[in-house]
Amino acid sequence: MTDRQRRIIVIGAGHNGLVCAATLARAGHQVTVFEARHRSGGAATTREFAPGFRVSAGAHLLHALDPAIAKEMNLAKHGLAYAATGLGTVALAPDGQWLRYRGGKLEGPGALDADREAMKIFDRQMDRFAALLRNLRSEVPPRLGTRDRGALLALGRLGWAIRRLGRDDMREFLRIAGINVYDVLNERFDNPLLKGALSLDGTLGAHLGPRSNNSVFNLLNRYTREGYAIPAGGLGAVSAAMADAARAAGADVRTHCPVRRIVVDFDRAAGVRLETGEELAADVVISNADPKTTFIELLGQRHLEAGFAHRVRNIRSNGGVAKLHLALDGLPAFNGLDEAMTGQRLVIAPDPDYVERAFNHAKYGEFSKHPALEITIPSLHDNRLAAPGQHVLCANVQWAPYHLKGGWNGARRHLVEACLVMLEQYAPGIREQVLHHELRSPWDLEQEFGMSGGHWHHAELALDQSMMLRPVPGAAQYATPVNGLYLCGAGSHPGGGIMGNAGRNAAWVVDRDLAAGTTGTPEPTEDEA
Amino acid sequence: MKTFDISDRDHYRTKVFPSPFHSRQAALNENKVWSRWYDYQSVPAYTCETHDYFAGRNACGVFDLTPMTKHRIGGPDALPYLERLMTRRMEKIRPGRVGYGVWCDDHGQVIDDGTVFHLREGDYRLCSQEHQLDWLLMNAEGFDVEVFEETHDVAALAVQGPTSFAILRDMGLPGIEKLTPFGLAHFDFEGTELTISRTGYTGDLGYELWIDPDHAERLWDRLFAAGEQRGIKPLGSKALDMLRIEAGFILAGVDFMPAMHTVRPGHTRSPFELGLDWLVDFTKPLFNGRRALLREKAEGSRYAFARLDIEDNKPAHNAYVFDKKGNTIGWVTSAMWSPSAKKNIALATVETPHDQPGEDLQVEIYYQRELQWNRKMAKAKVVEGPFWAPERRRATPPGEW
Repeated sequence: MTDRQRRIIVIGAGHNGLVCAATLARAGHQVTVFEARHRSGGAATTREFAPGFRVSAGAHLLHALDPAIAKEMNLAKHGLAYAATGLGTVALAPDGQWLRYRGGKLEGPGALDADREAMKIFDRQMDRFAALLRNLRSEVPPRLGTRDRGALLALGRLGWAIRRLGRDDMREFLRIAGINVYDVLNERFDNPLLKGALSLDGTLGAHLGPRSNNSVFNLLNRYTREGYAIPAGGLGAVSAAMADAARAAGADVRTHCPVRRIVVDFDRAAGVRLETGEELAADVVISNADPKTTFIELLGQRHLEAGFAHRVRNIRSNGGVAKLHLALDGLPAFNGLDEAMTGQRLVIAPDPDYVERAFNHAKYGEFSKHPALEITIPSLHDNRLAAPGQHVLCANVQWAPYHLKGGWNGARRHLVEACLVMLEQYAPGIREQVLHHELRSPWDLEQEFGMSGGHWHHAELALDQSMMLRPVPGAAQYATPVNGLYLCGAGSHPGGGIMGNAGRNAAWVVDRDLAAGTTGTPEPTEDEA
Repeated sequence: MKTFDISDRDHYRTKVFPSPFHSRQAALNENKVWSRWYDYQSVPAYTCETHDYFAGRNACGVFDLTPMTKHRIGGPDALPYLERLMTRRMEKIRPGRVGYGVWCDDHGQVIDDGTVFHLREGDYRLCSQEHQLDWLLMNAEGFDVEVFEETHDVAALAVQGPTSFAILRDMGLPGIEKLTPFGLAHFDFEGTELTISRTGYTGDLGYELWIDPDHAERLWDRLFAAGEQRGIKPLGSKALDMLRIEAGFILAGVDFMPAMHTVRPGHTRSPFELGLDWLVDFTKPLFNGRRALLREKAEGSRYAFARLDIEDNKPAHNAYVFDKKGNTIGWVTSAMWSPSAKKNIALATVETPHDQPGEDLQVEIYYQRELQWNRKMAKAKVVEGPFWAPERRRATPPGEW
């Protein structure tokens, strides 16, 4: 107990909510987290989808968890261990001429010598550029249009970081950051298989094709030289460790406690009202829910100025990825892959045009019969997910538009069938191994995780919705126009992807504001119109 | 007669529509000159602007208001909707009352000003200079309200001047004498509803009449018949502009730039900068622009609205305003020689704190004599209140004159 202690309510125990709660609890505040579902973790969760088969039901790979956060929360002590780390990406080919890449290393029967050299150069640049974005993750975005010294310094640091790339790399960064991955890959590589897989990296989780701008930006946000990791026990283990850490720090994490409304007293958020009708007062309310849910459902637009509410309504937040879970009676035999390679991150994206065509359908509210897939078989690394000899396969299926023409009822099995037809070409016989299947459309993800539109990142991660524009100007520094109400979810900078930075940045801002006694965004600046 | 049907798929082929009063206007429009006011033909001056003006000040002038943008706002959330939209407290405007107000964007900059008519419990009409439907609908999200534009469904006349009351009474509108300033009442007019509000844009005794367009011509005829002996005359838009400057009323697009039409930063105005502090009620928890206006109130405004009394008789159109030392501190937005106040008057935007009543300023007036331009520095004094505000505008029951 310190005299700085304030009552803080966090809505939602997703990973960002938990990081936020733990950070504030460590700072001495009295933090209560209300989670609607029966367990914490949001989209980083593990559950049984068929008897005896468990799977990471939302995110299925870790690539961006901030090591500083893992250390601060002591996640290892709270039970986080890895079943696999350093996983590379294997681009599957029906003829078994697969290739694998991680960082600058390209290998496999499908790898061309020319591409091997190009990959080293590509990796060196991408890693530098990605590091530039990565370094911004633990910064509160500066406000535009203020004369605030801190904001100007932050802008200056950003400019300096770009300048420090040196002349050639800076020019390249500025050239490609806003353009499409299709053109950039064609400039550098020959093998369609490699370009296809990297195209998928550039478009994963987003409503854009390889030829859409922002796809390089998306690639940079996802770029990892260290490879991907799978926690022991699935992604739910990350959340469990975070919840444990938050509780150990003194936060009260209550599951099965849906919040119905954010209670407003005159012009400030004064607490929350639960579904049960119970009202709880707080000095500060922090929402881990997505921005649309927070402002439109929980707060209500009548508590916002009209221009701001209009911007919130127009956040692009419709998800385009479905999740496929297969319970398999045996390890599928992918053409040309041994068991070690089968345990990597597998992608079906044979060439960039294939990926672009898969996206085309999404523009018109349809899914392609030839979807692009990102696949993991986590049971190869973790025997707790399925019985011995049996396996689970997880796949992100692109694209599956939230607003599917005709709706998702009755459509799921058609997409499952399309995926199985596709998988059968790469792993003959897999269809006979399928004991159970589950397809989660964006609509299902919205229902399960409470994310508006079923979007991984709560709001499309694109240049016009990033940094000081994320989710919208006027709420991009975690504080909102409503006094005492803050955002801490993936809809805020730096976005989703199981990093935890949004939660931690928000906690810093809240702690700073509470110390200063001003818990609201100042009025909008001219540039935030 | 209704002359504009937005539901007609070919309506866009006609660029400008005649007003429902067109036939009567055309008969009296001696100049045969028409101007355009949004979707409608309008009369700049029937005889000449001075002649029209004196009808309005000394007897009764009738101005066709139909082209003014009119919106209807209803539904269970109409009041909370308006409270968020407008800077003033709307619950004070009871049914049967009218309120003047402004609405702002999130930055506290004025989008437009207008009048809200509380026609019946929870049923409002909002009249504005600019088209506002887009903004009003954007504001409707999250509220259980019905908002639509009814510009083309309501014919309206402003009946302004000292004899306006007697004329309406003689038309046979029982109870009209009880109508107080900013009050409104509904009357039966040959089987249809005639709504009359004691409002106007002239600063004088006057009324505004609202009726179904199909009854427009009939209303005009009855009105002019009743007013024949009391000097009733039609009044054009130029004369109305003179009347409103004398009354000290601002006009969107002339005295301030509507925020939605403004591109350049700093070219918009807050209610404080337009002298409308009394319309901003911070005891409301929320309205569009509240946070920005709170900040402006604390830190001070850049500009202020000033009414100037200028020496001599040359209207200071578009003049720069200087302080005593000769520093440019603003500019005139509306100017005229006021025949009623017998003063050379102007509305101006000046930098704060040069808006204090009694402040001595100068204006640079350019004027032409037989094609030759002359320039003159004239003394100007900031005055408080309107240039013309006769007591008769307030009296209830009003005088006969």
